[in-house]
Amino acid sequence: MKQETKQIKVLGSGCTKCQKTAELIERIAAEQGVEVNITKETDAQVFLQYGVMSTPAVIIDEVLKHSGSIPHTDQVKGWLA
Amino acid sequence: MFEVFTHFADWLAYDLVTLSPSSKIGDAVHFFIEDVSKIYVLLVIMIYVIALLRASLNVERVRHYLVGKNRAVGYALGSVFGAITPFCSCSSIPVFLGFTSAGIPVGITMSFLLTSPLINEVAVLLLMSLLGWKFTVLYIVVGMTVGVLGGAFLDAIKAERWLQSFAQKALAAGQNAQLADAPEAEQLSLAERHRFAKDETLEIFGRVWKWVIIGVGLGAALHGFVPDGWIEQYLGKGQWWTVPAAVALGIPLYSNATGVIPVMESLIQNGLPIGTTLAFCMSTVAASFPEFILLKQVMQWRLLATVFVMLLLSFTLVGWLFNGFSSFL
Repeated sequence: MKQETKQIKVLGSGCTKCQKTAELIERIAAEQGVEVNITKETDAQVFLQYGVMSTPAVIIDEVLKHSGSIPHTDQVKGWLA
Repeated sequence: MFEVFTHFADWLAYDLVTLSPSSKIGDAVHFFIEDVSKIYVLLVIMIYVIALLRASLNVERVRHYLVGKNRAVGYALGSVFGAITPFCSCSSIPVFLGFTSAGIPVGITMSFLLTSPLINEVAVLLLMSLLGWKFTVLYIVVGMTVGVLGGAFLDAIKAERWLQSFAQKALAAGQNAQLADAPEAEQLSLAERHRFAKDETLEIFGRVWKWVIIGVGLGAALHGFVPDGWIEQYLGKGQWWTVPAAVALGIPLYSNATGVIPVMESLIQNGLPIGTTLAFCMSTVAASFPEFILLKQVMQWRLLATVFVMLLLSFTLVGWLFNGFSSFL
């Protein structure tokens, strides 16, 4: 059951919360055996493009899933399922 | 209502550790225990309660309230929302762009962004518990005034000229765009509010607890070991230079209000004038180099420098004003 690799972007100014968000998603993806490609975006123009006003924000396959905090484990599991 | 912490410190310092209340060391240890226990308990309870109340207020909703307001109302509202919206300073850039791209004038956006760090829950809480409600109310009023006037000033000098070009374009596009519909107010269940509040409490407490120890430790050392009357003699007799010096000293101490306010408590008790203390506190919480450098992404150097100098000057003026008035109070 080979799934397509999910393209995940974590938007943020590089603060610890953004780091933790990226690490959390990476860890859960590994646990669930889901292939992901995580990139961190710190460019202000990218925030504007997605209409994100609070960080960290999570974009999965070009869809804004979450913004403003480190997501909870069960939220991340839901996105990756 | 805070006596319980005094009794706790009495018991721990004098009864259990058997220090003498009249000794310097006993005095310092008592001060340390009383303040640390008081601050920890208050922080945990109050951050939780405040977060519970404002869980559903977010920057998206604030943006909607600010769009299309006339200037005067806009600065005041921007400042009020800056004070009450839960908001991490690392979100400054996206918030700035979000407001700007909705056509909100730069001045109103800056009223929000300037007031936000000045009046944050941790600083207000510490001021309230250590320096009393009068100083706290004064601090809030002055902080919001700085936010409102700062925003008005930036619009008066047409600060939008000095935005980065993509931000300028976003502002122009936003001013011509149709107003979007109001974002739906999130209906949060109590469980969701609790979850938000618990996360906030853990996050903030995890970040500030060690600064409480450092700050109160320094305060206790000052309290116990700086000779009585020294501060009053050298810094408390209305020497004009103490205010700019306090502002300058606050810059490298950025965002560690938690550590600085207990020190201020000790300084005030030892005779540091109120204006100098206010200026120091504001400079510490709001004039932070790393955060200013972040704003470089959306502002040209010229605007960045203008905002920074404007802040330092206004804190200095605040200090002088209150030092001048304090003799009439």
